[in-house]
Amino acid sequence: MRPWMPFELIAALRFLREGRTQSVLIVVGVGVGVAVIVFMSALLSGLQSNLVRRTLSSQAHVVLLPPEEVARPQGDPARAALHLQRQAQRLRSIDQWQPLRDRLQTWPEIAAVSPVASGPAFAIRGDANKAVTLLGIDPERYDRVIPLAGRLNAGELRVGSGEAVIGIELARELGAGVGDKLRLTTAAGAAETLTVSGLFDLGNKGVNARNVYVGLRTAQTLLDLAGGVSSIDLALHDLDRAEEVARRIAAGTGLTADSWIRTNAQFVTALTSQRVSSNVIRFFIALSVAFGIASVLVVSVIQRRREIGILRAMGATQAQMRRIFLLQGAIVGLLGSLLGSALAWSFLAGWRLLARDGAGSPLFAIDVEPALVGIAAGGAGLVGILAAVLPARRAARLDPVEAIRG
Amino acid sequence: MADPVLRLAGIRKTYGRGETASEVLHGIDLRLEPGEFAALIGPSGSGKSTLLNLIGLLDRPSAGQLSIGGEATGGLDDAGLTRLRGRHIGFVFQHHHLIPAFSARENVALPLLVARGRPDAAMFARADALLERVGLADRRHQPADRLSGGQQQRVAIARALAMQPALVLADEPTGNLDTRSADAVFGLLREVNREAGTSFLIVTHDPRLARRCDRIVELVDGRIVADAPNRPD
Ligand SMILES: Nc1ncnc2c1ncn2[C@@H]1O[C@H](COP(=O)(O)OP(=O)(O)OP(=O)(O)O)[C@@H](O)[C@H]1O
Ligand SMILES: [Mg+2]
Repeated sequence: MRPWMPFELIAALRFLREGRTQSVLIVVGVGVGVAVIVFMSALLSGLQSNLVRRTLSSQAHVVLLPPEEVARPQGDPARAALHLQRQAQRLRSIDQWQPLRDRLQTWPEIAAVSPVASGPAFAIRGDANKAVTLLGIDPERYDRVIPLAGRLNAGELRVGSGEAVIGIELARELGAGVGDKLRLTTAAGAAETLTVSGLFDLGNKGVNARNVYVGLRTAQTLLDLAGGVSSIDLALHDLDRAEEVARRIAAGTGLTADSWIRTNAQFVTALTSQRVSSNVIRFFIALSVAFGIASVLVVSVIQRRREIGILRAMGATQAQMRRIFLLQGAIVGLLGSLLGSALAWSFLAGWRLLARDGAGSPLFAIDVEPALVGIAAGGAGLVGILAAVLPARRAARLDPVEAIRG
Repeated sequence: MADPVLRLAGIRKTYGRGETASEVLHGIDLRLEPGEFAALIGPSGSGKSTLLNLIGLLDRPSAGQLSIGGEATGGLDDAGLTRLRGRHIGFVFQHHHLIPAFSARENVALPLLVARGRPDAAMFARADALLERVGLADRRHQPADRLSGGQQQRVAIARALAMQPALVLADEPTGNLDTRSADAVFGLLREVNREAGTSFLIVTHDPRLARRCDRIVELVDGRIVADAPNRPD
C-alpha cells in the first residue's frame, strides 16, 4: 500500500488483481476494441491526408479570379464549360493586384500569395502542336503555393525570359527535353520561342500534359495582359478553413474566390462521409467495449457481495463503495487502451511492411500520433467509468446484512 | 452515571410487507453499560442476528428507538449511520469475514483506512500491536485466506478493536471453531474487555461460554424472556 493511494484505489486495484482471469480477459477485450479504433483512425487519417495532398499537389487552396460579369450557374461541369468559354472570349485582369497581394500576405490565415497570369496557348515543336495552359508565375511565390521545385524530374525551376518549365507528359508528346526549344502562340496573335529549363511531374497526367510555366512578364506579353494577372493563388495554414477564408476575401474585395473545398466538392463530400461512417463504427465499438466492462463489473459486484458487506460494516460509505467500482472501470479502460495502442502500433508496423507499391516504397505514410493514443486512453477511461456507473450503484445499494449472511 | 453504550426502546423489526409481512422482533428494550460483557442466547430463529444487525446499524428497525453512545440514530441517513458505526462499533462475525485480497495486517488496519482515506504508518503500527495482542504478530503479512479458522477469527477480533470501539458485537464468534480454538478466542474477548473496558454483546449457542459472561440475555420468538446478571465461575 503506497501512502499516497486513497483507500478506494487500493481496494479497486486489489479486487482487479484478485479476480485475475476476469481482469485479464476484459482488459484484452477493451484492448482489441481500442486497437481497432486507433488502427482505423490512423489508417483513415493517413489515407485521407494522402488523398488530399495528392489532390492539392497541383491546386491552390484558394484561387482569386476577377469578378463575374454574369450570375454563374451552380454545378461543376457547367461551370467548367463556362470558364473555358469565358477565357476563350477575353482574359481579364484583377484590378490593383499588387496592393491586394501585399494586403493578403499580412493575413494570419494565409501562408503564401502567388499572382498568376494564365491563359490558353499552343505549344509547337516540329510537326507537333498541343493546346496548353500558359502560366506566368513568380517562381518563388508559386513554389510556396504549389511545391513545384520539389517535383522536378529534370532541369530546374527557372523561368527567366525565354525559359519555360513543362510537364513530363507534354515533353513526351512534343519529344522535347531540357535545353530543347519550343514555340508558343496565343489567340492574341503573339508568339515566342522558349527554351525548356525543367520538367515537372505533379502526379496528375492532365496537369503534366497541359501546364507550361513561364515568367510572369513573358505570360503577360503573350496573353496581352499588360502588367495584369488573371488570378491570385493562395496557400493557407489550415486547409479546412479554405471555404471560410474564400468567402471573407470575396466579401471584402468583390473578387470571385474559389476554395479547393468547393472546387472538389464531390471529393470533399466523399471524405466527409467516410469520416462519418468511421465515427459510427467507432461509436459502436466503444459501445460494445462499454457493455463488456459493465457486464464484468456487474458479475464482480455479485461475486464480491460479502466483501462489500464487510467493508460497509467496517465503516465504508456508499460513496466509497461506488468509487471503488467506478475506479475499476476506469483502470480497466486505461489498461485496455494502453494495450490497444500497443496492438494498433504493431498492426501499423505490419501494414507498413505489407502495403507497398511495385517499387517497394510505402503506399502512404501512416502513424499513430501520440495525441491519438492520449485521446484513446482518455476516451477508454471515460467509457470505463460510464460503464461502471450501473455496477457501482448496485455495489453501493447492496444491503450489508444480505451481503454478510451465510 | 455515564451514558449507556447502547439503549433500545420498543424495537420492532418486520420483514416483508403486506400479506407476507412477518414481525421478527416484538418490542425489545435493552440497555448495555460501558464495560459490560453480555451473552445473547436463544433458539435458532429467535431473532438474535436480526437484533445484532439492528444494533450494529447495518439495518434499520421498523419501530422503536435505538441510541449508540447516547446518540439517537432514528434521524440519521446512511452516511450518518456509517460514520457512527465506524466510530463506535466493532464487528466479529461467525464466518470470520476477512477480505482475502488483503493481508492479515491490512485487514486489521481496514477500519482505520476506511475512516482516514489513506494509509499511514500509525495505522499499521496499531494493526501490528493488535496482531501481537491476539498472538499473530508473525502472521501479519499472510493473505487472510491462508490462515486457519481460529487464526482468522483472531484477526477479525483484532480488526474489531482497531477503532477502539465502545461496543463490540459478536455473532457466534466461535460457532465455526473447535473447542480449543473456541476457548482461546473467547478468552481473548474476555481479556480485551477487562483491559480496555470495551463492552461486548456476544451471540452464542454454547451454554458453557454463556456461563462465562457477566450477564445473559435470552431471546425467544422475538421477545426477551430472561435478562439476568451471571457470576462467571
Ligand atoms: N431478510 C429476511 N427476510 C425475511 N425473514 C428474515 C430475514 N432475515 C431473517 N428472517 C427471519 O427472522 C427470524 C430470525 O432470524 P435470525 O437470523 O435473527 O435468527 P437467529 O436467532 O440469529 O437464528 P440462528 O441462531 O439460527 O442464527 C427467522 O425466522 C428468519 O427466517
Ligand atoms: Mg443468527
